[in-house]
Amino acid sequence: MLTDQSQKTEFRGDAVGNPTAEKPNAIDLFRVGNHKFQSRLILGSGKYDSFEIMKESLEAASTQCVTIAVRRERLHDSSGRNILDFVDPERYILLPNTAGCYDADTAVRCARMGREILKGLENPGADWVKLEVLGDSRTLLPDPIELLKATETLVSEGFQVMCYSSDDPIVARRLKDAGATSVMPAGSPIGSGLGVINQNSLQIILDDLKRGDPDYPVIIDAGVGTASDVAVAMELGFDAVLLNTAVAKAEDPVKMARAMRFGVQAGRLAYLSGRIPKSRYASASSPEVGVISKRPNRSK
Amino acid sequence: MIEVTINGEKRAFKTGLSIADLLVELQMNTRAIAIEINQQILPRDRHHQTRIVSGDVLEIVTLVGGG
Repeated sequence: MLTDQSQKTEFRGDAVGNPTAEKPNAIDLFRVGNHKFQSRLILGSGKYDSFEIMKESLEAASTQCVTIAVRRERLHDSSGRNILDFVDPERYILLPNTAGCYDADTAVRCARMGREILKGLENPGADWVKLEVLGDSRTLLPDPIELLKATETLVSEGFQVMCYSSDDPIVARRLKDAGATSVMPAGSPIGSGLGVINQNSLQIILDDLKRGDPDYPVIIDAGVGTASDVAVAMELGFDAVLLNTAVAKAEDPVKMARAMRFGVQAGRLAYLSGRIPKSRYASASSPEVGVISKRPNRSK
Repeated sequence: MIEVTINGEKRAFKTGLSIADLLVELQMNTRAIAIEINQQILPRDRHHQTRIVSGDVLEIVTLVGGG
């Protein structure tokens, strides 16, 4: 993918170092299916006020993977500007989605169309799909039954299926068992900006899907509003974050894209560092020995 | 003339057109499209050899921004 030297230079520094005793200079790559990324931020290409702002935001985020939707071509005015002039398929791995599909059959058709387009572009993203099968237009929550059906079909057709899911641990397990390449629970409803609402369920999903299989990629998809949300998700142990609205609809999308980039890095580093346990009481940072003051004797 | 449905819209075309002819007729940029005939994907390498017939339901899709 990154054949051009300038691109290599551009992306350098986004992967977080993960030094261990055996591999002091190991780079912490994000592996999902057949793909490897230095960046753990997958960015959507929807809802920007202009293609120019989108392009700049993708660059500021240092993302290497961009989601994209499949829609009917306009029959009467197809001469408009094409998004591919702003999301270079030579530079980014595209992740086509099935957004807007409400049943398994339509989602499967949509996935096949996305693959056909990406094959024509010779983009490596032709082998995967972000599978969305929605159950309700107000919450945009997935329909787990249809989602599972579509996953089974697409897996049997050789797709690497990235499943947009709710935060239900049992559904997540069923999707993994069905062969999903990654399960991608929502932090909160799509576009809501509410962040990571149900940390407990998400932690259960992570524990469950990664038990005995620590490299199984689990991605938080949707709901984040700002950089701290992204950091929280990464600190929980998610492998990556997929987001769109929080950047596209920020007052300054390009700046927010940078913030998200650093949020992902900070959260990942913190996760790898092993945080201190939480304690109800204080623990002094300065030595207790040699203090010139007497300690008040109020507590026993 | 034959009638086919493209992206939900009924359109009339002369008989015997291939999909490749149809795309020219529609003045469509074919760089980033996929075509489905009666809910089956038509691979790009079959656009020339496949002819539309009356009653066909076509979807012609492309990429747009999305999350």
